[in-house]
Amino acid sequence: MIVVLDPGIGNLHSVLGGLRRVGREAVVISDKEAWDNLRKDADGSVQGVILPGVGAFGDAMTQLRLSGLVSVVEQVVASRIPLLGICVGMQLLFKVSFEHGEHPGLALLPGQVVRFPATAKVPHMGWNDLTSVRSHHPLLQDVAIGDFVYFVHSYYVQADEASDVIAAVSYGGIEVPAVVGRGLVYGTQFHPEKSGKVGETILRNFARLTELERAEVSSPW
Amino acid sequence: MLTKRIIPCFDVLDGRVVKHVGFLNNRRDAGDPVELAQIYCDAGADELVLLDISASSEGRLATRKVVEEVAAKVNIPLTVGGGVSTVEDVRSLLLSGADKVSMNTGAFRNPQLIEESAHRFGEQCVVVAIDANLHAQTGTYDVMLQGGKVGTGSDAIAWAKRAAELGAGEILLTSFRQDGTRAGYDLELTSAMARAVNIPIIASGGAGAKEHFFDVLTEGMADAALAASVFHFAETSVRDVKSYLRERGVPVRWVE
Repeated sequence: MIVVLDPGIGNLHSVLGGLRRVGREAVVISDKEAWDNLRKDADGSVQGVILPGVGAFGDAMTQLRLSGLVSVVEQVVASRIPLLGICVGMQLLFKVSFEHGEHPGLALLPGQVVRFPATAKVPHMGWNDLTSVRSHHPLLQDVAIGDFVYFVHSYYVQADEASDVIAAVSYGGIEVPAVVGRGLVYGTQFHPEKSGKVGETILRNFARLTELERAEVSSPW
Repeated sequence: MLTKRIIPCFDVLDGRVVKHVGFLNNRRDAGDPVELAQIYCDAGADELVLLDISASSEGRLATRKVVEEVAAKVNIPLTVGGGVSTVEDVRSLLLSGADKVSMNTGAFRNPQLIEESAHRFGEQCVVVAIDANLHAQTGTYDVMLQGGKVGTGSDAIAWAKRAAELGAGEILLTSFRQDGTRAGYDLELTSAMARAVNIPIIASGGAGAKEHFFDVLTEGMADAALAASVFHFAETSVRDVKSYLRERGVPVRWVE
């Protein structure tokens, strides 16, 4: 089963619809209690977790904290369950964001979230082509340089470790991380659920990763 | 490189696509907006816009049902608008499956709607639609409300700037004088707007041939071009437009 965490701001319709199109139903969890109940009833059945996210970074973190979902994410990572952050959900994986102030994130990956310079049109909105793709990565199987995906964001990630960036896109003269991944923690800055066939390929790859035995996915990607 | 977007638009009345589709062959008739959406999506449309022109609350419920059905089918962004005047309206459309919500008269009358929506749901989903009409005496553009029925005397460019400051993520700009003419987009208005604000501009009104898309996305400086009848009437197709643009060096997303 795939669990979608609902930080309470966004519309989960698209993510659920996207998963459905690749043949996976998902369960939505909005707080720690629901998560605990789920694990009690069906321990071990959670194969993957998606952290979507729209809206502001600070609000999303506050919601995650208030609902106990921060500790859920910690459990997910400790239990070696694949985790996929989408858009702001990907940004939340990092240490800190400077969106309207300074907000600590989940700090699963080193790096910070900053605003595009004023020289670029903000938000970075629309279809942009990937300029680098680590195509042997299991999340990016059948995804290639030049493939178009749909972005909409005003802030972007500056990753401390280049190895965490597994696909990038160019905007405003900046090489922007489009997909990040370390261990079983992944993120896409774009919306795979709105990115046509390419997005569906990525969702399908993630769904496939969630079906692998934990031991098989523990290699150091 | 960020590509220029081509966006087909549907007017939805009581759950049916109504505008300009009367003489289409039956496979794309007004009764099946979901099928129409799927066809455009497969043809390489970059987004879809649904405008709810229902007069009654029952019509609105029917539109929500269409939004749900379309959203479940398509794998590209979906913008929905028409009669949005409260944050609750925005929320309800987002919950129905819209990715972005377009607001026009409601936002002009209550600009706080932009701010509140942007704060609650994110700037990315707030599209401010502006219908602009050339003022013959001053040579400036007036904001028109209620589908062009009501003039305001307010400057469209100034309003767009304000909307952007309040948190609009995008401007959907319709030229009143060009709308329905199929004589081409209003390049002057669109480029003036694009120079004035630092958020994406979707140009609307006047598309009649593929050349018009090229003009507004280059000289007109628009980020996206929206059209209804030119696609519904099959005078040109999304694929033809994109192929034409691609041959002329305009970056577009190409779907095989």
